[in-house]
Amino acid sequence: MLTPLLLTLKVASAATLMALVAGVVAARLIARYRFPGREVIDALCTLPMVMPPTVLGYYLIVLIGRRGWLGAWLWERLGITLMFTWEGAALAAAVVAFPLVFKGARAAFEGVDRQLEGAARTLGVSESGIFLRVTLPLAWRGVLAGTMLAFARATGEFGATLMVAGNIPGRTQTLSLAVYDAVQRGDDRFAAYLVAVTSVVCVAILLGAGKLLKPRA
Amino acid sequence: MSRMIAAIALAVSVAAAARADVTVSAAASLQNAFVEIGKSYEAANPGVKVSFNFGASGQLLQQIAQGAPADVLATADVATMDKAEAQKLIVTDTRAPFASNTLVLVAPAGSGTVTSLEGLRRPVIKRIALGTPDSVPAGSYAKSALDAAGLWEALKPRYVFGQNVRQVLDYVARGEVDAGFVYATDAALMKDKVRVVATVPVSPPILYPIAVVKGSTDDPAARRFVELVRSDAGRTILARFGFGAP
Repeated sequence: MLTPLLLTLKVASAATLMALVAGVVAARLIARYRFPGREVIDALCTLPMVMPPTVLGYYLIVLIGRRGWLGAWLWERLGITLMFTWEGAALAAAVVAFPLVFKGARAAFEGVDRQLEGAARTLGVSESGIFLRVTLPLAWRGVLAGTMLAFARATGEFGATLMVAGNIPGRTQTLSLAVYDAVQRGDDRFAAYLVAVTSVVCVAILLGAGKLLKPRA
Repeated sequence: MSRMIAAIALAVSVAAAARADVTVSAAASLQNAFVEIGKSYEAANPGVKVSFNFGASGQLLQQIAQGAPADVLATADVATMDKAEAQKLIVTDTRAPFASNTLVLVAPAGSGTVTSLEGLRRPVIKRIALGTPDSVPAGSYAKSALDAAGLWEALKPRYVFGQNVRQVLDYVARGEVDAGFVYATDAALMKDKVRVVATVPVSPPILYPIAVVKGSTDDPAARRFVELVRSDAGRTILARFGFGAP
């Protein structure tokens, strides 16, 4: 009974980690540097938030499917594929959750006083040192808020996950897929149980996020 | 993708029901044949529009049980229609079988790894797609065939479950799985992408029943659709897509 919940937490955690790393790097580049095509990259990074998850699922199949651009290489050279695996589900959820980290982090980085970074630079701190010791400590609240939302979004991911990872009980069947499956076969009791579990988890995430993000008095 | 299409179809069917047109909930495998039959129905009944909601038979049953406004139900198995009848969801005297089908084992075109049902045991075959047995009749037929061959338990770690039979067909056509179970009529739609390995014996045979849904907004129009499907004209269209006589 707990398998879908544990699997969901595993998939959502891995997805959030991927989205966090990629989102922070992308947000830092966009917030910090001016270069041609910057607006286009910004739009591309936000796209997964506005596109239907099924469209993302299709793109992912074309990319990582056994006959996909990248997937064919992985499959023929290394004999591995992400299709129908929990890693594939995590990748799908990461793509969907990525814009939430990116948007939150970009706004947070842009809110950091550039003079503080400049001051650190005059004191001889390296660029990576400035990022880790000045920018990130000042921006962490916004980054964390985005990350929390990303985790919540990854937990509820359905469309892209269904297309990429299938719906395999015990392997890729996350909570949202298990609810769908239970309703399809008319098992309302199991559906109600899963819905209750999902609701409790989501409320816990929101309460936790609220507590972490509360401004210190 | 199929979920999105089903959702759109349901939304369309809701809108259509408001205009008192005919909404047909039909098994995914009937899609191409029923769209043709719908065209000839509309030609013969000017002013009446047919809307389709295609999906796994079990899913269609759940939708109707929960109050989805469908006028006609056509399933890919007798068991699902029996459940609909037991739940008093259909008009019993309109129920009739109208087509038959066969289950086939398919593999991606150009792959030679799968040679027979028994050959699925070979370790080189990593993934086998079938419909979720609880809601997809093609999956339920596949499960009983694998059970009968003593393969169901042994192959369990390799199953990938599709939401309806057309999703299984898509997985095989894209080469994402090594083998899959679909209807002969589905395989015929993608001759260039899937290869039929073997016909899978199924008992009892695969029969498609149709019936008017109770509480239909336009009962006479729904009955006319059922009559058309069962008429010679309907049979001819179904036969063109490979369906057998009931």
